[in-house]
Amino acid sequence: MRAQARWRLAKIAVVTVLVVAWEGATRLFHVSPLLFPPASAVLRALGRSVIDGDVPGYAAQSLRVLLSAMAIGAALTLFLTSAAVTTKAGAAVLETLTSMFNPLPAIALMPLSLLWFGLGTGSLIFVVVHSVLWPMALNTYTGFVTVPVTLRKVGQNFGLSGWPYVAGILLPAAFPHILAGVKIGWAFAWRTVIAAEMVFGVAGSHAGLGWFIYQNRFEMNTDLVFAGLVTVVIIGLLVENFFFRWIERETVVRWGMSTAR
Amino acid sequence: MADLLRVRDVTLEYERPEGAFVAVDGVSLSIREGERFVLFGPSGCGKSTLLQAMAGFQEPARGAIELDGRPVQGPGPDRAVVFQEFDQLLPWRTVLGNVAYPLRVARRLRDGEADAEALRFVRLVGLESFASAHPHQLSGGMKQRVAIARALALSPRILLMDEPFASLDSITRHKLQEDLLALLQKARTTLLFVTHSVEEAVLIGDRILVLTSSPGKVRGVIENAASGQRHTAASAQVRRAVEELLAG
Repeated sequence: MRAQARWRLAKIAVVTVLVVAWEGATRLFHVSPLLFPPASAVLRALGRSVIDGDVPGYAAQSLRVLLSAMAIGAALTLFLTSAAVTTKAGAAVLETLTSMFNPLPAIALMPLSLLWFGLGTGSLIFVVVHSVLWPMALNTYTGFVTVPVTLRKVGQNFGLSGWPYVAGILLPAAFPHILAGVKIGWAFAWRTVIAAEMVFGVAGSHAGLGWFIYQNRFEMNTDLVFAGLVTVVIIGLLVENFFFRWIERETVVRWGMSTAR
Repeated sequence: MADLLRVRDVTLEYERPEGAFVAVDGVSLSIREGERFVLFGPSGCGKSTLLQAMAGFQEPARGAIELDGRPVQGPGPDRAVVFQEFDQLLPWRTVLGNVAYPLRVARRLRDGEADAEALRFVRLVGLESFASAHPHQLSGGMKQRVAIARALALSPRILLMDEPFASLDSITRHKLQEDLLALLQKARTTLLFVTHSVEEAVLIGDRILVLTSSPGKVRGVIENAASGQRHTAASAQVRRAVEELLAG
């Protein structure tokens, strides 16, 4: 527990040093706040915008798109990888699709997405699903095929096959890989959703953080541009250090599949 | 006693880039209900491969394997396996969970019944104080005890053990051998036990089948009058007989 507290403290120290260096450098070298506002100005702008309800609303919209896309991506991942480990045809389909679509940038699909789904949340979700599905599927599949032979035989010895075998043996045994896949998916989803929102502009009546950043650059509110970026960073830090850390403690660390931190 | 498991003229092969490799060549044997049958032979004689085939993990290239007169088709809980590897326990389940889970999926017990039955077998191997521990918190010997409890709890027709004590230190190995004999007295399960140790073969087996290596062929079967004995004149005599048979 003490080691854990010290580790948390070390992380807070890193963030503090970065913020102080940012503040100091912008003041020391008299950087124009239109190009690079000091940390204090950005935090003030962020605070104002949080009180107005602007940033929380934009962030909620981005998160809504992101989480819907990740849920769809996870369901498709489960379906594709389960088929791949139980049938030869499924493996051929997954391996081919992954090698075809994984290198394809999500942004490149946006013109098509607009044609198919129109200017709305559906279009955004489509490109984000594309960006999270392939890395998650690849990781999960790697996890499935690297399950130790003995564990597979144990499952078969219990008489398990098909879905019960996947759910009872392969999924938990591959969980460290699956979790890594979800983390990568989470990061890819943010990149894509912010980029896509910048291109899409306002999707219906809802706009996300990407739009907020883009719009404020247009109006030369550089402090708000930074506030938007900082919001993405803060959400990332919170989710990584609380949500993902909590899942790891309850699963892979408890099971001795990963070392505790 | 009636034959429980029969192996008839079985040949087992592995696919290799340079062609099929024969691991076991034309082996026949039969195991009687309630006996402790040992497959003994040097490393690479195909004894583990033969056990894998009986468990249903590998199909014979020729010949037939029958349990209760019916051909063996694929793995199943009526032939519960204890492996050599310590990673045979499910790391995400507790000791109790590892024993209870197969009872739910293979014997279709409900949660409460499965837990009660599992606890009975965890007690039998002396690990009740570790019932809620996870496998990574156990020593190698304890892991093998859990694996034995799990296999016995399935109440299989035959228990298949593939060098379960080979990775243990000698003190732990001796203790587990003694405990296994005591457990088998109580459970009255038919046992097939694979080992490359003469000592272990003579201690455990009612009958000992001696295999030669590459490819594995039957040298002979020895009726063991010294079963359950470790350092007696009788056990030394059987040990000599086994070694002579192996040397040919």
